[in-house]
Amino acid sequence: MSETSTTEQTTGIRPQRSRMSSILFILTLIALIIGVSVCNKLPAEHPLYVSNYMVTLLGKYLTYAILAVAVDLVWGYLGILSLGHAAFFALGGYVMGMHLMRQIGDRGVYGNPDLPDFMVFLNWTELPWYWLGSDHFAFTALMILLVPGLLAFLFGWFAFRSRVNGVYLSIITQALTYALMLAFFRNEMGFGGNNGLTDFRELLGFDLRSDDVRLGLFIASGVALLLVYLLCDSILRSRLGKVAIAIRDAEDRTRFIGYRVESVKLALFTLSAMIAGIAGALYVPQVGIINPGEFAPLNSIEVVVWVAIGGRGTLYGAVLGALGVNYAKTWFTGAFPEAWLFALGLLFVVVTLLLPRGVAGLLKFKRSSKAAS
Amino acid sequence: MSLTFHALQRLIRAASLLTLLAATCSIQTARADVQTGIDELDALFTQFVEGKGTQRTEALDALAALGREDTRELLNGILEGDLMLHKETDTIVWATAQGREYTMLSLDKQTDLGSDRKRRLSRLKVTNQLRGHLRSLIASLGLRSDDPVERLAAIDALMESPEDLPDDTLQDMLANETDSKVSDALLSLQARKLASSAQPEERLQALATLSDDLSNDSRSLVQNMAENDEDENVMTLAAQIARDQAAKVRLYAKAETVFFGLSLGSVLVLAAIGLAISFGVMGVINMAHGELIMLGAYCTWAMQQLMPNNLGLSLLLSIPVAFLFTGMIGILIERSVIRFLYGRPLETLLATFGISLILQQLVRTFISSQNVPVANPAFMSGVLEVNSVLSLTLNRLYILAFCLIVFAMLLVLLKRSRFGLEVRAVSQNRAMARAMGVPSARIDSLTFGLGAGIAGIAGVALSQLTNVGPNLGQAYIVDSFMVVVFGGVGNLWGTLISGMTLGIANKLMEPWAGAILAKILVLVFLIMFIQKRPRGLFPQRGRAVEAH
Repeated sequence: MSETSTTEQTTGIRPQRSRMSSILFILTLIALIIGVSVCNKLPAEHPLYVSNYMVTLLGKYLTYAILAVAVDLVWGYLGILSLGHAAFFALGGYVMGMHLMRQIGDRGVYGNPDLPDFMVFLNWTELPWYWLGSDHFAFTALMILLVPGLLAFLFGWFAFRSRVNGVYLSIITQALTYALMLAFFRNEMGFGGNNGLTDFRELLGFDLRSDDVRLGLFIASGVALLLVYLLCDSILRSRLGKVAIAIRDAEDRTRFIGYRVESVKLALFTLSAMIAGIAGALYVPQVGIINPGEFAPLNSIEVVVWVAIGGRGTLYGAVLGALGVNYAKTWFTGAFPEAWLFALGLLFVVVTLLLPRGVAGLLKFKRSSKAAS
Repeated sequence: MSLTFHALQRLIRAASLLTLLAATCSIQTARADVQTGIDELDALFTQFVEGKGTQRTEALDALAALGREDTRELLNGILEGDLMLHKETDTIVWATAQGREYTMLSLDKQTDLGSDRKRRLSRLKVTNQLRGHLRSLIASLGLRSDDPVERLAAIDALMESPEDLPDDTLQDMLANETDSKVSDALLSLQARKLASSAQPEERLQALATLSDDLSNDSRSLVQNMAENDEDENVMTLAAQIARDQAAKVRLYAKAETVFFGLSLGSVLVLAAIGLAISFGVMGVINMAHGELIMLGAYCTWAMQQLMPNNLGLSLLLSIPVAFLFTGMIGILIERSVIRFLYGRPLETLLATFGISLILQQLVRTFISSQNVPVANPAFMSGVLEVNSVLSLTLNRLYILAFCLIVFAMLLVLLKRSRFGLEVRAVSQNRAMARAMGVPSARIDSLTFGLGAGIAGIAGVALSQLTNVGPNLGQAYIVDSFMVVVFGGVGNLWGTLISGMTLGIANKLMEPWAGAILAKILVLVFLIMFIQKRPRGLFPQRGRAVEAH
């Protein structure tokens, strides 16, 4: 990977400018959250009115943006191209889905207070052990972090110690999400098989179908993105972040200097998986379903494309990519359903060929050329 | 009887032919037979319908002894109830239900007797005893047929009730049988007869024959003798034979699993080997490889659309067509995208993934998002029956052979040709190869084209096994990568061995783990394996390796 290093050395390490863009980004995000919330409360005929549909859609995009930040953290700053991050996202989603299933109580089709509908349907008599505790929100919140985190920790523990890297690592992360997808498709796993978990009713006593709760979830996603952004930003500014970038650009040299490359990789990879889990947990109540399709390898690769298009190695680039590409996807699939895959495919090719640093790179390039003149 | 009854009927009507042939003596006698035949038939049916007890059996025996061409048809008619009594005219007719009525044909099926309401006809009364007698009559008529296939069918029908066949007939047939399959069947029929004999010696003799026969009923017969026979010697021998047979059946079941594994493995190898070339030689991750396989399968479909009347030839022709077509697309991809991304494997991965989406959508837009029908030519369908417990499907056998041929050809190309030499030189040390005058850019595109072409060929093979649709490639991309990585990048033998190993491992685990869990276990195993040996089973050696 020695050739890659020269092209990437200078991303994201000039302190003042990056601090300025961070502040700019945070202010924009806060403005977006407040703006959308206020506009949603306007009367429907007002020109600035934001519909409830749009609020939910934006909330979904924000969770995607959190996932993109997670991927950017390991890909853009650590050089690990994970093709399996959707797995952590989906695991977080499933943990949340389990809690929401338990919240249905006896209001399901079968009216069984102890078992979710699909278990009654499969003639199960008691809750499997791994569903225990999913009644409690605090436990669920803990698991949303722990389940993806633990999987990432175990996976990374083995992979980074054996110095599996580059393309090989990408391929086994893909194998990981593929294996999980196959596993979750099985009814015997106890997560609803093909249909996944759905028909949710309420979260913490709030009706998930009410418009106010949807707005609340949007705000929660926005705040989560803000916190995740601040966390990642502060980590990347710290010594740990500098070491991470050193590993990305010259792994062997960093190791020879005396840093524990494996530990840094493991820590950031696990953190990134946890962030992906949070994103998944916020995603599920907004879209109302989680099924094994979320583990599909294609999903993970799509996330990578958001980051690539937005600009890897800049956190705001990842967010921009996730929001932009998903908005384009919604628009395309509405206007020209046939053309979306063409557009996405072309985006892949064009961005890798012409914009190796994405849209953020383009902005930077403009600024630095202005500064030069 | 040299001429058929029906033919003669027609002869009688066609007077000109009759005069032409009337000169021969045989016609004269045969014609006399027909005359008596119809009368006799009527008489016998009357005896059958009106007679009592043994008279009815005798009537059937006499009917069978007439030696008419349609005897078996008539006997079956009685057995199945297609022959009925028309009460008004008191005649036996062939009756076919049509709405509320029966259409009726005369016994010889030559005269249309119109139709009548259902209740005007009644079934012929057949007791259970007569039913058995009819069956054995039909079977023994079949045994005398000139067609070995019919004889075999008749013997198979008798296997369940071997006592219906008289001993002397069996001996007679055994002595005269020329077809080896039929005489084998006769022997096992004889063994079944002997197995129920009163003499322990004969039962022992039966066991000797039964021990070679692994079919289900033979095995249950032996098992039965091992448990219930009165004679101790027979019991011990039967018990031993039963054990041997069970062991043999287990062995064949294993052999079948291995065959299924090899068959799955050959598909994996075919799908992965093109990837192994482009990945191994150029360090390029081609995520569009699955879509190239898919396009190869569509080539088969297109060729079949072009020549729908010649499936076999179109399949053979689609091999070179698919190779050239996907090879061209591969070269196009290399020239337009990949060559700008050398040394950046992760970017190549993303760009080729974009290409794979475009190719999929192209097929969806311009052909169909549904699966397209690809027919199997006659020679691809069928079974190779090794014995009664092991049979191999021909299409899987051919694809296994095809995989090995493609592999051998690739090996020769890479090890024995100028092009192969240059490919290996570039893959081992690009800079040095260039210094020696190898045009590395051209080699790159040709190598990528070769890998893509092999993917196309794999698509042709896959079109004979699975549904051909736009998503065909996606199902194989993860598997193909696993095979390449497990085998060791840049090593054809590694790819072959790893593909076959993974195929067999998958099929060995399937019986106790289920298909999906087996696949998951294989994936988990591979993830663990790569931790231990990050460069696969057969790592590439050489100075260039570190530079990758």
